[in-house]
Amino acid sequence: MVKKRVDGREMNELRPIKIVPSVIERADGSAYLEWGQNKMIVAVYGPKEMLPKHLADSQRGKINFIYRMAPFSVPERKNPKPGRRDIEISKVVGEALSHAVLLEEFPGMVIDVYVQILDSNAGTRVAALTASSVALADAGIPMKDLVTAVAVGKANGNIIADLNKYEEDAEDAVDMAFAMLPGSEEIVLLQADGILSEDEFDKAIKIAKEKCQEVKKLQIEALKSKFKALKE
Amino acid sequence: MIDYSYDIEMVKGRIEKGIRTNNRKDDEYREIKIETGILKNAAGSAKVTLGKTMIYAGTKLEIGTPYPDTPEEGGITVGVELSPIGAPEFYAGPPSETSIELSRVVDRGIREAKTIDFKKLLLVPKEKAWFVYVDIYVMNHDGNLFDACQIAAMAALKTTKIPKIDEDFNQIKGEYAGNLKLEKLPVLNTYSKISNKIILDPDLNEDYATEARLSIAIDDNLNICALQKGEKGFFTQEELKEIIKTSKKKYKEMRKIFEKL
Repeated sequence: MVKKRVDGREMNELRPIKIVPSVIERADGSAYLEWGQNKMIVAVYGPKEMLPKHLADSQRGKINFIYRMAPFSVPERKNPKPGRRDIEISKVVGEALSHAVLLEEFPGMVIDVYVQILDSNAGTRVAALTASSVALADAGIPMKDLVTAVAVGKANGNIIADLNKYEEDAEDAVDMAFAMLPGSEEIVLLQADGILSEDEFDKAIKIAKEKCQEVKKLQIEALKSKFKALKE
Repeated sequence: MIDYSYDIEMVKGRIEKGIRTNNRKDDEYREIKIETGILKNAAGSAKVTLGKTMIYAGTKLEIGTPYPDTPEEGGITVGVELSPIGAPEFYAGPPSETSIELSRVVDRGIREAKTIDFKKLLLVPKEKAWFVYVDIYVMNHDGNLFDACQIAAMAALKTTKIPKIDEDFNQIKGEYAGNLKLEKLPVLNTYSKISNKIILDPDLNEDYATEARLSIAIDDNLNICALQKGEKGFFTQEELKEIIKTSKKKYKEMRKIFEKL
């Protein structure tokens, strides 16, 4: 008998993903993303002058990535002030995006990328990164490639893709956030907590790469649909 | 960024001639769209668009200790976040004056109308009561955040479920005991005075051209339950009379929006 997961998914099956670009009228680029129960909005403002000026890099532009969770987006109400988790995610996800964006074209400038999580059930950082690269493309920011992210890991002895909250809480759970440029397979985000053997790690990476290619297709479809809509 | 100095003069000129975008009347709202029950982790949730202004609101209920002066009552807290997503002039960081004023005006209208009977939120006198948190996010700013945020708050509250609790007063995840009851349905109307004309529901350009602003909350008995004047201009008594008259007329039409939820 084929084992299935608590929500009926296959071991390497992603939750349903929906991406809608250009949802925020006043932003330079934006995207709405649903990934299972996760719901979020991303907006991009810029490139614009970096202020205060001493933070600017005269050689290249910067990405200012801000990830925030709404107080009602989690089971227990969260304090609206950003916590240490928000700040760490903002840093590593911003760095992952920075590798894809052609920042050398914007010396002294900054591109603000804001993510607001509205509802959550595990995997918000990879969903946020996936949505952000769509929003950057929507803003017309030049990039080497999209950035595509998924979570992989382990629960109840199985190596699985896209853990949900229930699986994240398993005794042996390992949650690994992974992101790459789907063209070159350059890995730009990797975070994990939990015990994995080398074999398990290799298997997890293999699944992550496959799943990223799947997510990339959805990102491209979303962006294409926008331009199709413009034509009509 | 958009240069509003040009727009302000243009808007003033147009308002003087009685012209608004989409031929809107002076006392007419832009299209209002409401979706509720969209966020699973929230006890109540709503997405509201007023024209192109977009708001998300979510509620959470927590058990807390009643205040010493109201030992038999729970309470409500309203917070508005001007998310940097919503406009280039919004910044990440501590709440601005604007967001604090917004939060307080929305809170006051709902509180003073006695929309929620705080006594019904009591669990154990002096010890335990429900406190309702309404968090409101401005996701696209195209003017009149006051009314848009109030509609979003009311829509989220009207669809709020009260969590089930066990005998130790711990919330049982994902289970609900019933709906939060709204005793009243207050409506907030915000007016802008531009070139001596008064218009309802200013859009973004009208917001920037506003000389004086008035928000008025009307309750089910057509009484005024909260007022807030803003910006540097002034209103005459006659103007205020006119505004109150318009808002009393508007109440029924606006109330229907909440009744349907």
